[in-house]
Amino acid sequence: MALMDQTPGIRPRLTLGRRLDIAARLALPTCVTVLVMLATELPFGMPNQAALLPAVALIGVWFWSVFRPTSMPPPIVFLIGLLLDLRGYLPLGAGVLTLLIAHGIALRWRRFLVEQGFTMVWVSFLPIAIGGAVLIWLLAALLNLRLLSPVPALFQAIVTFALYPVMAIPLAFAHRSLADPARA
Amino acid sequence: MLRPSIQARQALARLTLPVLVVASFGLMLLGKADTLLADRARSAMADALAPIYAVLGEPISAVADTIHDAARLITLREENTRLREENERLRRWQSVALALDAENQRLKANLRWVPDPQAAFVTTRVIADAGGLYARAVLLSLGPNHAIRKGAIALDERGLVGRVTEIGARTARVLLITDINSRIPVILENSRARAILTGTNGARPRLLYWPEGVTPTEGERIVTSAEANAFPANLPIGTLRYSANGVPEVEPEAQLQRLEVVRIFDYGLGILPPPEPVERRTPGRH
Repeated sequence: MALMDQTPGIRPRLTLGRRLDIAARLALPTCVTVLVMLATELPFGMPNQAALLPAVALIGVWFWSVFRPTSMPPPIVFLIGLLLDLRGYLPLGAGVLTLLIAHGIALRWRRFLVEQGFTMVWVSFLPIAIGGAVLIWLLAALLNLRLLSPVPALFQAIVTFALYPVMAIPLAFAHRSLADPARA
Repeated sequence: MLRPSIQARQALARLTLPVLVVASFGLMLLGKADTLLADRARSAMADALAPIYAVLGEPISAVADTIHDAARLITLREENTRLREENERLRRWQSVALALDAENQRLKANLRWVPDPQAAFVTTRVIADAGGLYARAVLLSLGPNHAIRKGAIALDERGLVGRVTEIGARTARVLLITDINSRIPVILENSRARAILTGTNGARPRLLYWPEGVTPTEGERIVTSAEANAFPANLPIGTLRYSANGVPEVEPEAQLQRLEVVRIFDYGLGILPPPEPVERRTPGRH
C-alpha cells in the first residue's frame, strides 16, 4: 500500500473492488513463482527434471527482485526458499540462503539493470545462475557431510541460464500489465 | 493509529534481509538437529499434493505415450525380429529353469528343507521423483489404509529398486539403490563372497569391501545378502561391470530411470532396526 502515497494530491477513498485489485496485482509475482515451481514437478518424464525446480525459483525471485521488489519482499523470498528446500529435497536452509543472497544482489544491481536491454539483463543473470547452482551444491555437500558430484550443479546452472528468457519474456509482459498496481 | 517514523520504518526494512539470512543459518541448524522435522513437513506436503499431481499427470502421460508410440512405429520391424529371437532364447531357458526347479523341489523334499516364508506384496504406482538434485528417490501413491512399514523392500519386474524410508498418510518414499546414502549387503553370485553396494547418485552403484582373495568378475550376477537382516537373500540386483578406471560397479536390473509400477514386499524383517542403512542415514537427509 506504500504505492498510494507516492503521488501528492487528494483522492477519493478506494473502493473495496479497487483495493482487492491492487492486492491481487501485488500478490501476482509470488503466486506465479510458486505455481510455476509446483508445475515443474508434474510427471513430464524428462531426465534430470529435478533441475527445473531450483531454476524457476531462482529466475522468479531474481526477476521480481530486479523489476518489482515491492512485490517480492525478503520474507516472501524466505518462504519461496523454504518451499524449494522442501519440494526439492534439499537440506533445510540451502535454498533459502541462496535465494536471499540472490535477492540482495538484485536489490544492489537493480538501478543499473532496469535501464538495460533484455540481452544485457540476461547476460548479467549468468553469474547469478552459476553462483546459485554452486552455492546449493556446496551447502548440500556441507550439510550432508558428503562429497557430491558437481555435474548436477553444472547442469542446473546451464538449465537456469537457458530458461531465463523462456520465463522472463512472459513475466516482462505481466510486469507491465497484470502485476502493475498503478493500473488497478 | 500509531505508526513508526519514516526513519524507523526504513531502518526496519533494511534490517529484514540480514535478519532473514541469519534465520536461514538457524534453519540449517534446525534441519541438522531435527531431521524428522523436515521429513514430516515433506511427507505432509507430498500427501497434500499427490492427488493433484496424479490427476494432472494423466493427460500428460497420455500425450507422452502417444509420442513414444509414434517414435516406436519406425523401428517396429527390427524390434519384432529382435524380440522373436529373444523369445526363442528365453523359451530354452524356461525349460532349463523348470527342470531345475522340479529337481530343486525334489531335493528339498528329501532334505526336509524349511521353506522360506512367502512374502506379502502390494503393487503401487510411482507418482513422482522424490530425489531432487542430490538424491535418488521416488514417491509412491498408496491407499489411505495401507499397511506398508518403513524398511519395506521395493522391486520392479526385474530387480531390486530400493527401500521405503518415509511413510505418509497416502504416499511413501523409496530410496533407490543408486542414492548416495544407500548401502546394501550383497553377495557375488559366482564366488558367494559378501560385499557392500554403495550408491553414488550415478546410474551405477559401486561395489565395496569384498573379501581379500576374491576378484569380482565382469558380468557376474549380484544378489542381496540376508546379512544384517535388512533384506531377504537372493533378490536380483544387477550384473557387475568394470568402469573405465577399473572400479567394479553394478548395472541394476531394475529400470530405475523410468519406474512406473513397483511392488512393495514386507518380509517382516528388521524387527531390530538394522544399523545400516536406515538408522545411520539420519545425519544426512534421506
